[in-house]
Amino acid sequence: MATATEAPPLAPAPDKKPPRKRGRWTPYWLLLPGLLWLVVFFALPMIYQASTSVQTGSLEDGYKVTWHFATYWDALSEYWPQFLRSVLYAAAATVLCLLLGYPLAYLIAFRAGRWRNLIMILVIAPFFTSFLIRTLAWKTILADSGPVVGALNALHVLDVTSWLGWTSGDRVLATPLAVVCGLTYNFLPFMVLPLYTSLERIDGRLHEAAGDLYAKPFTTFRKVTFPLSMPGVVSGTLLTFIPAAGDYVNAELLGSTDTRMIGNVIQTQFLRILDYPTAAALSFILMAAILLMVTIYIRRSGTEDLV
Amino acid sequence: MPVVTWLKRHLVVIGGLLTLGYLLLPNVVVTVFSFNKPKGRFNYEWQQFSFDAWKDPCGVADMCGSLSLSLQIAFWATVGATVLGTMIAFALVRYRFRARGSVNSLIFLPMAMPEVVMAASLLTLFLNLGAPLGFWTILIAHIMFCLSFVVVAVKARVMSMDPRLEQAAQDLYAGPAQTFLRVTLPIAAPGIAAGALLSFALSFDDFIITNFNAGSTVTFPMFVWGSAQRGTPVQINVIGTAMFLVAVLLVLFSMVLGNRRNRQKA
Repeated sequence: MATATEAPPLAPAPDKKPPRKRGRWTPYWLLLPGLLWLVVFFALPMIYQASTSVQTGSLEDGYKVTWHFATYWDALSEYWPQFLRSVLYAAAATVLCLLLGYPLAYLIAFRAGRWRNLIMILVIAPFFTSFLIRTLAWKTILADSGPVVGALNALHVLDVTSWLGWTSGDRVLATPLAVVCGLTYNFLPFMVLPLYTSLERIDGRLHEAAGDLYAKPFTTFRKVTFPLSMPGVVSGTLLTFIPAAGDYVNAELLGSTDTRMIGNVIQTQFLRILDYPTAAALSFILMAAILLMVTIYIRRSGTEDLV
Repeated sequence: MPVVTWLKRHLVVIGGLLTLGYLLLPNVVVTVFSFNKPKGRFNYEWQQFSFDAWKDPCGVADMCGSLSLSLQIAFWATVGATVLGTMIAFALVRYRFRARGSVNSLIFLPMAMPEVVMAASLLTLFLNLGAPLGFWTILIAHIMFCLSFVVVAVKARVMSMDPRLEQAAQDLYAGPAQTFLRVTLPIAAPGIAAGALLSFALSFDDFIITNFNAGSTVTFPMFVWGSAQRGTPVQINVIGTAMFLVAVLLVLFSMVLGNRRNRQKA
């Protein structure tokens, strides 16, 4: 979205650091209120959560820190299927987002011509309708008697997906396929926008040069376009995978009890069962797992300057 | 075989348009079903065409109240996050100071954290402090997660700004306050506006963090969530359609305005 508001490039400034001798405390005053907000309402809660996860007690008698690390073990051994499912669904949605989003980003960046702005608006505009309403619309689209399920049935696609365990019988709703479909739909714009930003920066002359050197269109894509769009691919996959792994809305609205993800478990433990230590431990494990995966991913994809 | 060649040449365009269709299909369904007259409590199956819901958009108990609450929260969250975020962005771009790296990661982390983790940990804080859940806790949470997005948007804009413009203003005897109000702020304005717009959209549409920290207060997304269990009134689709239309019209309007201004400059 930042690109939409970017100014025409100004003339290069000779000195980036203006010689400012105003009070040396000014930056700290500017930072103080905002950072205080983040420390108190983002960092401090993480510490509270870590401490809650090693407490024992009950709602009536109150909780005490007893360094009861077994909560972690119990939580993991009871809820590992939901953890696994979250990672699998989020990974599937991320791959689908990349496969679906790349052609769209490419279209906007190179082929749209005067339609570019209109298509951009159409990608962003759905954001302004509550995502819950849009997710509920998938209940209509994937309804048992609807045209989508009818067509998939007629083409015997559902036989294959049932055999794979992605759907069950003649239904798509309340199956893993519906949840992954909803996750893909909900986070697709987060893939398209960074992809578009990095594709748009590519110098068109590089494509011409590749063509002049007898590269076929697909070779040009494989050796020039795709490698240059890597920053977009990396930030797009992160922006899709992280929220998808923690999501519980799609699993709740489009799935069934067999498609519960870790977000659903955390939500239930926290808001309905009120087992705070277990909920805090689960949430802590999710955070640690995602931070670990993200760090490894960023290291391996070699774009550490991304953040 | 010209058909095959044509298909090959336009493969990307076809794929891209199919994806766009996938993105817009739910909005089409929401719009069409805002004219439905459902038989039961749920508005998932087409029955017959009717204007009933559009004639009486607030006909559902509590829905418009939750909508106005969401708009109020989004407004104040936008104000709070924009002011705090803009200050941080200026400090980061314009000044050198200690602990810059930790400041940067403190701003980056909320954007890289799954919402449910932030939601759960914030709730543990409020529970530990015994804070009553409601309007204020929602507002605090929204300002927290919108802040980082404002910093990123404003930072990008201020970084691309030519410092010589401010030096010129000072050479022309403008005081620090005057330079800031007359030169710096107008140039940074598009970045601030982008951050504010993003905050408003994020806050208005937030469900996960709100669901944890709202107590018994009901925002519009929470109303929709509840209705998915109790029965979905057609009016939800009316609101969804209206929001989509307003957003598209606003963007088109601002584009036309921008084009005209550019033409005047040229």
